[in-house]
Amino acid sequence: MSFAPNLFSIVAIGAGLIFFLAGTCGLLRFPDTLSRLHALTKADNLGLGLVVIGLLPLADNVLAALKLVVVWVLVQLSGATVGQLIAQSTRRNGRTE
Amino acid sequence: MIVQTLDIGLAALVLTLAGYTVLARATFPAVVSYVAYGLLLSLIWVRLFSVDVALTEAAIGGGLTGVLLIGAAGKRRGTAVAATELDPTQPLRWAIMALCALAALALATVVVSLPDPAPTLAPQAMENIATTGLGNPVTAVLIAYRAFDTMLEKCVLVIAVVGVWSLACDRCWGGAPDVPRAVARGGTLTFFAQVLPPLGILIGIRIFWIGADEPGGAFQGGAILAAMWVIIMMAGLTDVPAISKRWLRIALAAGPIVFLGVGILGFAAAGGFLAYPHGFAKPVIIFVEIFMTLSIAATLPMLVGGAPIRAPRP
Repeated sequence: MSFAPNLFSIVAIGAGLIFFLAGTCGLLRFPDTLSRLHALTKADNLGLGLVVIGLLPLADNVLAALKLVVVWVLVQLSGATVGQLIAQSTRRNGRTE
Repeated sequence: MIVQTLDIGLAALVLTLAGYTVLARATFPAVVSYVAYGLLLSLIWVRLFSVDVALTEAAIGGGLTGVLLIGAAGKRRGTAVAATELDPTQPLRWAIMALCALAALALATVVVSLPDPAPTLAPQAMENIATTGLGNPVTAVLIAYRAFDTMLEKCVLVIAVVGVWSLACDRCWGGAPDVPRAVARGGTLTFFAQVLPPLGILIGIRIFWIGADEPGGAFQGGAILAAMWVIIMMAGLTDVPAISKRWLRIALAAGPIVFLGVGILGFAAAGGFLAYPHGFAKPVIIFVEIFMTLSIAATLPMLVGGAPIRAPRP
């Protein structure tokens, strides 16, 4: 394994982790449900996306790399759906705290 | 060094979550932390190189148990007054806590005092795996070496569904259970239930199929199929079937019945209950697993649905 792909992975995964950290801070610190959801979904989408991009050069073969991308797409899909459902239920119940 | 630090951190996180689950005052936070606990526990199983157990823990410990507990918590919230009467009294709580702590302590003592290296049957399992035609020793243990245990487990699942159904009121017997529904049709959940299942069904069948040679199997694959069915029912794209439906009952019982039938045929074909004919073991095992997957995919949603609450349509 040469140095350049490793460096690329470290930078991309590191950037992804920063998004996860920021998302967690937002989840803990933001004042209302909708803002917290907003922070959390950024961590899912961009954070996991960057981690997956960082892992791609380390994958054994093309199929393994494709599976990583599928994992990201599925998490995107379920994260977006759950975010919508929680937001809808929050608005319906009139709870924003 | 880094890996060990991460492992210790993971273990500490699991213990903290376990403590929080026990100590949380409200039901809902306790349930949520229990689900997170199950998912983190499956990471620990991956670290112990037990991917089969990790998959099952994620599907059952995190997924199914989580859904059942969230449903129970939701029902309790509706009847807060009646529920407090059912709460254990303070002395009873202490007794439960003491017994659980004692059991945990006893287990920990046993695990810590195991001789090193721990006694294992793994070499024997690997030595004889060629006779089953399988590549995954965990599947070989489940379906060949300890087939009797696995068959009884599948029977227990069916009995669990019968137990849940028997809680139905007289009027509702033969009617349909219900799952939590999306409020608006045509919304986000409908889209999700249209996009995900084609992929999910593919992944579920794949996980069942590779179970012969790699981590996976009937239970893990069946759990994924079950989840797809639950999502479709939650989105309202299909109705929850009435429990009197014949196809539903056949699907529920197919796994144990086929397993039992193959077991009895073993007397004629290989000279013993649940014995597989020599050189022909793998096709028989796959045949049994197909019906087990079907039964699990039908059983788990019925457990989530609970007792029927709607009277049967005439």
